[in-house]
Amino acid sequence: MSSIGTGYDLSVTTFSPDGRVFQIEYAAKAVDNSGTVVGIKCKDGIVIGVEKLIASKMMLPGSNRRIHSVHRHSGMGVAGLAADGRQIVARAKSEAHNYESTYGEPIPIKELADRVASYVHLCTLYWWLRPFGSGVILGGYDRDGPQLYMVEPSGVSYRYFGAAIGKGRQAAKTEIEKLKLSEMTCRQGVIEVAKIIYGVHDEAKDKTFELEMSWVCDESNRQHQKVPEALLEEAKAAAKAALEEMDAD
Amino acid sequence: MDRDATADVNAPHSMGTTIIGVTYNGGVILGADSRTSTGLYVANRASDKITQLTDNVYICRSGSAADSQIVSDYVRYFLHQHTIQLGQPATVKVAANLVRLLSYNNKNMLQTGIIVGGWDKYEGGKIYGIPLGGTILEQPFAIGGSGSSYLYGFFDQAWKEGMTKDEAEQLVVKAVSLAIARDGASGGVVRTVTINSEGVTRNFYPGDQLPLWHEEVEAHNSLLDILNASSPEPMST
Repeated sequence: MSSIGTGYDLSVTTFSPDGRVFQIEYAAKAVDNSGTVVGIKCKDGIVIGVEKLIASKMMLPGSNRRIHSVHRHSGMGVAGLAADGRQIVARAKSEAHNYESTYGEPIPIKELADRVASYVHLCTLYWWLRPFGSGVILGGYDRDGPQLYMVEPSGVSYRYFGAAIGKGRQAAKTEIEKLKLSEMTCRQGVIEVAKIIYGVHDEAKDKTFELEMSWVCDESNRQHQKVPEALLEEAKAAAKAALEEMDAD
Repeated sequence: MDRDATADVNAPHSMGTTIIGVTYNGGVILGADSRTSTGLYVANRASDKITQLTDNVYICRSGSAADSQIVSDYVRYFLHQHTIQLGQPATVKVAANLVRLLSYNNKNMLQTGIIVGGWDKYEGGKIYGIPLGGTILEQPFAIGGSGSSYLYGFFDQAWKEGMTKDEAEQLVVKAVSLAIARDGASGGVVRTVTINSEGVTRNFYPGDQLPLWHEEVEAHNSLLDILNASSPEPMST
Protein backbone atom coordinates (compact mmCIF):
# COMPACT_ATOMS: atom_id res chain seq x y z
CA MET A 1 0.00 0.00 0.00
CA SER A 2 2.03 2.97 -1.17
CA SER A 3 0.87 6.54 -1.06
CA ILE A 4 2.61 9.90 -1.13
CA GLY A 5 2.87 11.35 2.34
CA THR A 6 3.14 14.93 1.20
CA GLY A 7 3.92 17.13 4.14
CA TYR A 8 3.88 14.34 6.72
CA ASP A 9 6.97 12.54 5.53
CA LEU A 10 9.71 15.04 6.20
CA SER A 11 10.64 13.83 9.68
CA VAL A 12 10.58 10.56 11.53
CA THR A 13 8.93 12.36 14.44
CA THR A 14 5.82 13.23 12.43
CA PHE A 15 2.69 11.08 12.26
CA SER A 16 0.38 11.28 9.25
CA PRO A 17 -3.35 11.82 9.85
CA ASP A 18 -3.97 8.11 9.31
CA GLY A 19 -1.41 7.15 11.94
CA ARG A 20 1.60 6.25 9.81
CA VAL A 21 5.21 7.31 10.13
CA PHE A 22 6.26 7.67 6.50
CA GLN A 23 9.99 7.93 7.10
CA ILE A 24 9.97 4.41 8.56
CA GLU A 25 8.02 3.14 5.57
CA TYR A 26 10.50 4.75 3.20
CA ALA A 27 13.33 3.10 5.14
CA ALA A 28 11.61 -0.24 4.57
CA LYS A 29 11.65 0.48 0.81
CA ALA A 30 15.45 0.45 0.93
CA VAL A 31 15.22 -3.10 2.24
CA ASP A 32 12.59 -4.10 -0.32
CA ASN A 33 14.83 -3.08 -3.19
CA SER A 34 17.86 -5.07 -2.09
CA GLY A 35 18.90 -8.63 -2.88
CA THR A 36 16.78 -11.36 -1.28
CA VAL A 37 17.74 -12.80 2.11
CA VAL A 38 16.14 -16.08 3.17
CA GLY A 39 16.24 -17.84 6.55
CA ILE A 40 14.69 -21.16 7.61
CA LYS A 41 14.56 -23.13 10.83
CA CYS A 42 15.04 -26.85 10.28
CA LYS A 43 14.66 -29.49 12.93
CA ASP A 44 18.37 -29.46 13.84
CA GLY A 45 19.37 -25.84 13.12
CA ILE A 46 19.10 -22.67 11.02
CA VAL A 47 20.08 -21.97 7.41
CA ILE A 48 20.51 -18.41 6.06
CA GLY A 49 20.97 -17.66 2.36
CA VAL A 50 21.58 -14.37 0.49
CA GLU A 51 21.18 -13.39 -3.15
CA LYS A 52 24.20 -11.10 -3.36
CA LEU A 53 23.73 -8.93 -6.45
CA ILE A 54 27.14 -8.18 -7.96
CA ALA A 55 27.52 -4.52 -8.86
CA SER A 56 30.71 -4.86 -10.85
CA LYS A 57 32.68 -7.65 -12.56
CA MET A 58 35.82 -6.28 -10.95
CA MET A 59 34.74 -7.39 -7.47
CA LEU A 60 36.51 -10.33 -5.88
CA PRO A 61 34.17 -13.28 -5.35
CA GLY A 62 33.54 -13.70 -1.66
CA SER A 63 33.95 -10.02 -0.85
CA ASN A 64 31.21 -7.75 0.47
CA ARG A 65 29.85 -10.43 2.75
CA ARG A 66 26.18 -10.06 3.61
CA ILE A 67 26.12 -12.73 6.34
CA HIS A 68 28.02 -12.03 9.56
CA SER A 69 28.67 -14.03 12.71
CA VAL A 70 27.42 -12.24 15.78
CA HIS A 71 28.63 -14.74 18.35
CA ARG A 72 29.84 -18.34 18.37
CA HIS A 73 26.25 -19.54 18.30
CA SER A 74 24.53 -16.98 16.05
CA GLY A 75 24.70 -15.11 12.75
CA MET A 76 22.89 -12.40 10.82
CA GLY A 77 21.97 -12.00 7.15
CA VAL A 78 21.63 -8.32 6.18
CA ALA A 79 19.44 -6.68 3.53
CA GLY A 80 19.23 -3.03 2.51
CA LEU A 81 21.89 -0.35 2.89
CA ALA A 82 25.19 -2.16 3.51
CA ALA A 83 26.71 0.43 5.81
CA ASP A 84 23.59 0.58 7.98
CA GLY A 85 23.63 -3.20 8.18
CA ARG A 86 27.25 -3.19 9.30
CA GLN A 87 26.30 -0.94 12.20
CA ILE A 88 23.50 -3.27 13.30
CA VAL A 89 25.89 -6.23 13.23
CA ALA A 90 28.47 -4.28 15.26
CA ARG A 91 25.85 -3.46 17.88
CA ALA A 92 24.69 -7.07 18.05
CA LYS A 93 28.28 -8.28 18.55
CA SER A 94 28.75 -5.74 21.30
CA GLU A 95 25.51 -6.74 23.08
CA ALA A 96 26.43 -10.42 22.89
CA HIS A 97 29.89 -9.76 24.30
CA ASN A 98 28.65 -7.57 27.15
CA TYR A 99 25.97 -10.06 28.12
CA GLU A 100 28.49 -12.88 28.39
CA SER A 101 30.93 -10.72 30.38
CA THR A 102 28.24 -9.85 32.91
CA TYR A 103 26.20 -13.02 33.20
CA GLY A 104 28.82 -15.65 32.42
CA GLU A 105 26.77 -17.48 29.78
CA PRO A 106 26.20 -16.97 26.01
CA ILE A 107 23.35 -14.55 25.29
CA PRO A 108 20.04 -16.32 24.65
CA ILE A 109 18.94 -15.72 21.04
CA LYS A 110 15.62 -14.25 22.16
CA GLU A 111 17.42 -11.70 24.31
CA LEU A 112 19.81 -10.84 21.46
CA ALA A 113 16.90 -10.30 19.08
CA ASP A 114 15.17 -8.07 21.66
CA ARG A 115 18.28 -5.96 22.09
CA VAL A 116 18.88 -5.55 18.34
CA ALA A 117 15.23 -4.65 17.84
CA SER A 118 15.37 -2.08 20.67
CA TYR A 119 18.44 -0.49 19.10
CA VAL A 120 16.86 -0.31 15.64
CA HIS A 121 13.67 1.11 17.17
CA LEU A 122 15.65 3.67 19.12
CA CYS A 123 16.76 5.24 15.88
CA THR A 124 13.14 5.87 14.88
CA LEU A 125 12.37 8.03 17.92
CA TYR A 126 14.49 11.14 17.45
CA TRP A 127 14.41 13.79 14.73
CA TRP A 128 18.21 14.03 14.76
CA LEU A 129 18.64 10.33 13.92
CA ARG A 130 17.46 8.54 10.82
CA PRO A 131 15.99 5.03 10.77
CA PHE A 132 18.23 2.18 9.66
CA GLY A 133 17.80 1.42 5.96
CA SER A 134 18.37 -2.27 6.54
CA GLY A 135 16.61 -5.32 7.95
CA VAL A 136 18.26 -8.43 9.32
CA ILE A 137 17.47 -12.11 9.65
CA LEU A 138 19.05 -13.39 12.84
CA GLY A 139 19.54 -17.11 13.36
CA GLY A 140 21.08 -18.86 16.32
CA TYR A 141 21.26 -22.06 18.38
CA ASP A 142 21.15 -21.76 22.18
CA ARG A 143 20.11 -23.96 25.10
CA ASP A 144 16.46 -23.66 24.02
CA GLY A 145 17.23 -25.00 20.55
CA PRO A 146 17.54 -23.31 17.13
CA GLN A 147 15.67 -20.02 16.70
CA LEU A 148 15.10 -17.60 13.83
CA TYR A 149 14.18 -13.92 14.21
CA MET A 150 13.69 -11.08 11.77
CA VAL A 151 14.21 -7.41 12.65
CA GLU A 152 12.73 -4.73 10.37
CA PRO A 153 13.72 -1.04 10.10
CA SER A 154 10.71 -0.10 12.21
CA GLY A 155 12.18 -2.06 15.11
CA VAL A 156 9.64 -4.89 15.16
CA SER A 157 11.04 -8.31 15.71
CA TYR A 158 9.22 -11.60 15.40
CA ARG A 159 10.25 -15.20 15.67
CA TYR A 160 9.80 -17.28 12.52
CA PHE A 161 10.03 -20.78 11.06
CA GLY A 162 10.89 -19.23 7.73
CA ALA A 163 11.49 -15.62 6.72
CA ALA A 164 12.49 -13.64 3.64
CA ILE A 165 13.28 -9.98 2.94
CA GLY A 166 14.35 -8.08 -0.17
CA LYS A 167 13.29 -8.08 -3.80
CA GLY A 168 12.10 -11.66 -4.11
CA ARG A 169 10.54 -12.02 -0.70
CA GLN A 170 6.97 -12.71 -1.84
CA ALA A 171 7.99 -15.53 -4.15
CA ALA A 172 10.47 -16.82 -1.57
CA LYS A 173 7.85 -16.92 1.19
CA THR A 174 5.51 -18.90 -1.09
CA GLU A 175 8.27 -21.43 -1.70
CA ILE A 176 9.19 -21.65 1.99
CA GLU A 177 5.58 -22.37 2.93
CA LYS A 178 5.66 -25.44 0.69
CA LEU A 179 8.54 -26.96 2.65
CA LYS A 180 8.06 -29.36 5.56
CA LEU A 181 10.59 -27.65 7.81
CA SER A 182 10.02 -29.67 10.96
CA GLU A 183 11.09 -32.85 9.18
CA MET A 184 14.04 -31.38 7.33
CA THR A 185 17.67 -31.46 8.42
CA CYS A 186 19.96 -28.50 7.73
CA ARG A 187 21.79 -30.49 5.09
CA GLN A 188 18.55 -30.75 3.12
CA GLY A 189 17.65 -27.18 4.08
CA VAL A 190 20.79 -25.81 2.41
CA ILE A 191 19.74 -27.37 -0.88
CA GLU A 192 16.22 -25.98 -0.57
CA VAL A 193 17.39 -22.45 0.25
CA ALA A 194 19.72 -22.48 -2.77
CA LYS A 195 16.82 -23.57 -4.99
CA ILE A 196 14.62 -20.81 -3.63
CA ILE A 197 17.21 -18.09 -4.17
CA TYR A 198 18.04 -19.21 -7.68
CA GLY A 199 14.30 -19.42 -8.29
CA VAL A 200 13.43 -15.88 -7.22
CA HIS A 201 16.38 -14.26 -8.94
CA ASP A 202 15.14 -12.24 -11.89
CA GLU A 203 17.58 -12.74 -14.79
CA ALA A 204 15.99 -10.04 -16.88
CA LYS A 205 15.90 -7.20 -14.39
CA ASP A 206 18.97 -7.86 -12.24
CA LYS A 207 22.64 -8.35 -12.80
CA THR A 208 24.38 -11.58 -11.95
CA PHE A 209 24.47 -12.67 -8.36
CA GLU A 210 26.57 -14.69 -5.96
CA LEU A 211 24.98 -17.13 -3.54
CA GLU A 212 26.15 -16.75 0.07
CA MET A 213 24.99 -19.25 2.69
CA SER A 214 25.62 -20.01 6.33
CA TRP A 215 24.24 -22.35 8.96
CA VAL A 216 24.13 -23.13 12.71
CA CYS A 217 23.20 -26.72 13.38
CA ASP A 218 24.12 -29.92 15.18
CA GLU A 219 26.42 -30.81 12.29
CA SER A 220 28.36 -27.57 12.69
CA ASN A 221 28.60 -28.24 16.42
CA ARG A 222 26.13 -25.45 17.12
CA GLN A 223 28.63 -22.88 15.81
CA HIS A 224 27.66 -20.33 13.18
CA GLN A 225 29.78 -20.86 10.06
CA LYS A 226 29.77 -20.63 6.27
CA VAL A 227 28.20 -23.68 4.65
CA PRO A 228 31.12 -26.02 3.75
CA GLU A 229 32.40 -25.59 0.19
CA ALA A 230 31.43 -29.08 -0.97
CA LEU A 231 27.84 -28.77 0.24
CA LEU A 232 27.57 -25.27 -1.22
CA GLU A 233 28.60 -26.52 -4.66
CA GLU A 234 26.15 -29.40 -4.38
CA ALA A 235 23.40 -26.92 -3.50
CA LYS A 236 24.24 -24.62 -6.42
CA ALA A 237 24.23 -27.54 -8.83
CA ALA A 238 20.87 -28.77 -7.55
CA ALA A 239 19.43 -25.27 -7.82
CA LYS A 240 20.59 -24.81 -11.38
CA ALA A 241 19.21 -28.23 -12.31
CA ALA A 242 15.85 -27.35 -10.76
CA LEU A 243 15.75 -24.12 -12.79
CA GLU A 244 16.41 -25.94 -16.04
CA GLU A 245 13.65 -28.37 -15.24
CA MET A 246 11.28 -25.49 -14.78
CA ASP A 247 12.41 -23.85 -18.02
CA ALA A 248 12.07 -27.14 -19.89
CA ASP A 249 8.35 -27.21 -18.94
CA MET B 1 36.77 -6.98 82.33
CA ASP B 2 33.78 -4.61 82.00
CA ARG B 3 35.55 -2.51 79.38
CA ASP B 4 36.27 -5.66 77.33
CA ALA B 5 32.61 -6.64 77.36
CA THR B 6 31.36 -3.29 75.98
CA ALA B 7 34.14 -3.16 73.36
CA ASP B 8 32.93 -6.53 72.05
CA VAL B 9 29.32 -5.42 71.67
CA ASN B 10 30.25 -2.49 69.43
CA ALA B 11 32.73 -4.37 67.24
CA PRO B 12 31.69 -5.18 63.64
CA HIS B 13 29.52 -8.26 63.43
CA SER B 14 31.27 -11.15 61.80
CA MET B 15 29.86 -14.56 61.19
CA GLY B 16 32.51 -17.01 62.38
CA THR B 17 30.46 -19.60 60.59
CA THR B 18 30.40 -22.96 59.05
CA ILE B 19 28.67 -23.05 55.65
CA ILE B 20 28.26 -26.01 53.28
CA GLY B 21 26.69 -26.67 49.88
CA VAL B 22 26.44 -30.15 48.34
CA THR B 23 24.91 -31.48 45.13
CA TYR B 24 22.99 -34.73 45.17
CA ASN B 25 21.14 -36.77 42.59
CA GLY B 26 18.38 -34.30 41.67
CA GLY B 27 19.30 -31.05 43.43
CA VAL B 28 21.37 -29.32 46.08
CA ILE B 29 21.42 -28.99 49.86
CA LEU B 30 22.76 -25.87 51.58
CA GLY B 31 23.63 -26.01 55.28
CA ALA B 32 24.89 -23.55 57.90
CA ASP B 33 25.31 -22.96 61.63
CA SER B 34 23.58 -19.99 63.29
CA ARG B 35 26.18 -18.09 65.31
CA THR B 36 26.89 -14.40 64.63
CA SER B 37 29.72 -13.15 66.85
CA THR B 38 31.18 -9.75 67.61
CA GLY B 39 34.54 -10.65 69.10
CA LEU B 40 33.75 -12.98 72.01
CA TYR B 41 30.10 -11.93 72.32
CA VAL B 42 27.51 -13.93 70.43
CA ALA B 43 25.34 -11.20 68.92
CA ASN B 44 22.81 -13.64 67.44
CA ARG B 45 22.71 -17.33 68.38
CA ALA B 46 19.91 -18.20 65.96
CA SER B 47 20.76 -16.30 62.79
CA ASP B 48 19.74 -17.47 59.33
CA LYS B 49 22.80 -17.50 57.11
CA ILE B 50 21.01 -19.10 54.16
CA THR B 51 19.45 -16.30 52.15
CA GLN B 52 17.05 -16.42 49.24
CA LEU B 53 17.96 -14.72 45.94
CA THR B 54 15.20 -16.13 43.71
CA ASP B 55 12.63 -18.93 43.89
CA ASN B 56 15.27 -21.41 42.80
CA VAL B 57 18.61 -19.91 43.99
CA TYR B 58 19.82 -19.49 47.59
CA ILE B 59 23.18 -18.47 49.06
CA CYS B 60 25.16 -19.25 52.23
CA ARG B 61 26.86 -16.17 53.66
CA SER B 62 30.11 -16.04 55.67
CA GLY B 63 32.58 -13.36 56.79
CA SER B 64 31.35 -9.87 57.51
CA ALA B 65 27.58 -9.95 58.10
CA ALA B 66 27.06 -6.46 56.69
CA ASP B 67 29.11 -7.11 53.55
CA SER B 68 27.42 -10.40 52.76
CA GLN B 69 23.96 -8.89 53.33
CA ILE B 70 24.59 -5.96 51.03
CA VAL B 71 26.00 -8.21 48.31
CA SER B 72 22.99 -10.50 48.51
CA ASP B 73 20.60 -7.50 48.37
CA TYR B 74 22.25 -6.17 45.22
CA VAL B 75 22.33 -9.57 43.51
CA ARG B 76 18.68 -10.20 44.40
CA TYR B 77 17.79 -6.90 42.76
CA PHE B 78 19.83 -7.59 39.60
CA LEU B 79 18.43 -11.11 39.33
CA HIS B 80 14.89 -9.82 39.65
CA GLN B 81 15.42 -7.46 36.74
CA HIS B 82 17.16 -10.17 34.72
CA THR B 83 14.22 -12.55 35.29
CA ILE B 84 11.75 -9.92 34.07
CA GLN B 85 13.87 -9.22 30.98
CA LEU B 86 14.37 -12.88 30.10
CA GLY B 87 10.80 -13.94 30.91
CA GLN B 88 11.97 -17.08 32.73
CA PRO B 89 13.77 -17.96 35.98
CA ALA B 90 17.46 -17.07 36.14
CA THR B 91 19.99 -19.89 36.09
CA VAL B 92 22.25 -20.67 39.05
CA LYS B 93 25.25 -19.82 36.88
CA VAL B 94 24.00 -16.30 36.24
CA ALA B 95 23.33 -15.73 39.96
CA ALA B 96 26.83 -16.95 40.82
CA ASN B 97 28.42 -14.73 38.19
CA LEU B 98 26.62 -11.65 39.50
CA VAL B 99 27.89 -12.41 43.03
CA ARG B 100 31.37 -12.92 41.61
CA LEU B 101 31.39 -9.58 39.77
CA LEU B 102 30.50 -7.70 42.96
CA SER B 103 33.01 -9.64 45.07
CA TYR B 104 35.83 -9.23 42.59
CA ASN B 105 35.33 -5.61 41.63
CA ASN B 106 35.00 -4.52 45.28
CA LYS B 107 37.61 -6.84 46.73
CA ASN B 108 39.38 -4.06 48.57
CA MET B 109 36.29 -3.13 50.54
CA LEU B 110 34.50 -6.44 51.06
CA GLN B 111 35.25 -9.38 53.29
CA THR B 112 32.75 -12.09 52.45
CA GLY B 113 32.83 -15.71 51.31
CA ILE B 114 29.67 -16.94 49.62
CA ILE B 115 28.35 -20.31 48.47
CA VAL B 116 25.66 -20.10 45.74
CA GLY B 117 23.37 -23.09 45.30
CA GLY B 118 20.20 -23.77 43.35
CA TRP B 119 18.36 -25.68 40.68
CA ASP B 120 17.46 -24.70 37.11
CA LYS B 121 15.91 -26.65 34.24
CA TYR B 122 19.03 -26.55 32.02
CA GLU B 123 21.79 -27.74 34.36
CA GLY B 124 19.86 -29.22 37.32
CA GLY B 125 21.34 -28.74 40.81
CA LYS B 126 24.57 -26.71 40.92
CA ILE B 127 26.89 -25.34 43.63
CA TYR B 128 29.30 -22.43 43.09
CA GLY B 129 31.92 -21.37 45.64
CA ILE B 130 32.93 -17.69 45.67
CA PRO B 131 35.62 -17.15 48.31
CA LEU B 132 37.20 -13.87 49.48
CA GLY B 133 38.96 -12.52 46.37
CA GLY B 134 36.04 -13.07 43.99
CA THR B 135 37.09 -16.34 42.31
CA ILE B 136 34.20 -18.37 41.00
CA LEU B 137 34.44 -22.16 41.03
CA GLU B 138 31.72 -24.65 40.19
CA GLN B 139 32.05 -27.61 42.55
CA PRO B 140 30.15 -30.82 43.39
CA PHE B 141 30.32 -29.62 47.01
CA ALA B 142 31.69 -26.49 48.72
CA ILE B 143 32.57 -25.56 52.29
CA GLY B 144 33.33 -22.16 53.78
CA GLY B 145 33.67 -20.09 56.93
CA SER B 146 36.01 -20.50 59.87
CA GLY B 147 34.53 -23.89 60.79
CA SER B 148 35.26 -25.34 57.36
CA SER B 149 38.96 -25.81 58.26
CA TYR B 150 37.90 -28.80 60.34
CA LEU B 151 35.89 -30.36 57.51
CA TYR B 152 38.36 -30.76 54.67
CA GLY B 153 39.55 -34.16 55.82
CA PHE B 154 36.01 -35.20 56.75
CA PHE B 155 34.68 -34.51 53.24
CA ASP B 156 37.62 -36.23 51.60
CA GLN B 157 36.48 -39.37 53.36
CA ALA B 158 32.71 -38.99 53.52
CA TRP B 159 31.79 -37.33 50.19
CA LYS B 160 30.54 -39.41 47.27
CA GLU B 161 28.98 -38.57 43.92
CA GLY B 162 25.25 -39.16 43.29
CA MET B 163 23.93 -39.40 46.88
CA THR B 164 20.22 -39.52 47.58
CA LYS B 165 18.49 -36.52 49.16
CA ASP B 166 18.41 -38.09 52.63
CA GLU B 167 22.05 -39.22 52.47
CA ALA B 168 23.12 -35.72 51.48
CA GLU B 169 21.02 -34.06 54.21
CA GLN B 170 22.49 -36.33 56.88
CA LEU B 171 25.99 -35.61 55.58
CA VAL B 172 25.45 -31.86 55.78
CA VAL B 173 23.98 -31.95 59.30
CA LYS B 174 26.78 -34.22 60.53
CA ALA B 175 29.43 -31.98 59.00
CA VAL B 176 28.07 -28.73 60.44
CA SER B 177 27.71 -30.32 63.87
CA LEU B 178 31.33 -31.58 63.75
CA ALA B 179 32.53 -28.09 62.88
CA ILE B 180 30.42 -26.54 65.65
CA ALA B 181 32.06 -28.91 68.13
CA ARG B 182 35.58 -27.71 67.24
CA ASP B 183 35.13 -24.10 66.05
CA GLY B 184 34.36 -21.54 68.75
CA ALA B 185 33.01 -19.12 66.18
CA SER B 186 30.37 -21.60 64.99
CA GLY B 187 27.42 -22.76 67.05
CA GLY B 188 23.71 -22.62 67.75
CA VAL B 189 21.41 -24.60 65.48
CA VAL B 190 21.87 -26.23 62.07
CA ARG B 191 19.72 -24.92 59.23
CA THR B 192 19.44 -26.66 55.87
CA VAL B 193 17.74 -25.68 52.61
CA THR B 194 17.02 -28.33 49.95
CA ILE B 195 16.43 -27.13 46.37
CA ASN B 196 15.30 -29.37 43.51
CA SER B 197 12.84 -29.51 40.62
CA GLU B 198 9.92 -29.73 43.03
CA GLY B 199 10.83 -26.59 44.97
CA VAL B 200 12.50 -25.54 48.19
CA THR B 201 12.37 -27.14 51.67
CA ARG B 202 13.79 -25.60 54.84
CA ASN B 203 14.85 -27.76 57.78
CA PHE B 204 15.89 -26.92 61.33
CA TYR B 205 17.95 -28.99 63.74
CA PRO B 206 18.06 -27.53 67.27
CA GLY B 207 21.47 -27.54 68.98
CA ASP B 208 20.45 -29.97 71.68
CA GLN B 209 19.29 -32.53 69.11
CA LEU B 210 22.61 -32.71 67.31
CA PRO B 211 24.80 -35.78 67.90
CA LEU B 212 27.40 -35.44 70.66
CA TRP B 213 31.01 -35.97 69.65
CA HIS B 214 33.90 -37.08 71.90
CA GLU B 215 34.15 -35.29 75.24
CA GLU B 216 31.14 -33.10 74.56
CA VAL B 217 28.81 -32.58 77.50
CA GLU B 218 25.07 -33.17 77.34
CA ALA B 219 22.90 -30.07 77.02
CA HIS B 220 21.40 -28.96 80.31
CA ASN B 221 17.69 -28.24 80.41
CA SER B 222 16.53 -25.18 82.30
CA LEU B 223 15.94 -25.55 86.03
CA LEU B 224 12.20 -25.03 85.58
CA ASP B 225 11.99 -28.08 83.30
CA ILE B 226 13.81 -30.23 85.82
CA LEU B 227 11.54 -29.13 88.65
CA ASN B 228 8.37 -29.63 86.60
CA ALA B 229 9.46 -33.04 85.38
CA SER B 230 10.00 -34.56 88.85
CA SER B 231 6.74 -33.52 90.53
CA PRO B 232 3.73 -31.27 89.86
CA GLU B 233 4.31 -29.15 93.01
CA PRO B 234 7.81 -27.70 93.37
CA MET B 235 7.70 -27.48 97.16
CA SER B 236 6.05 -30.80 97.93
CA THR B 237 7.85 -33.64 99.64
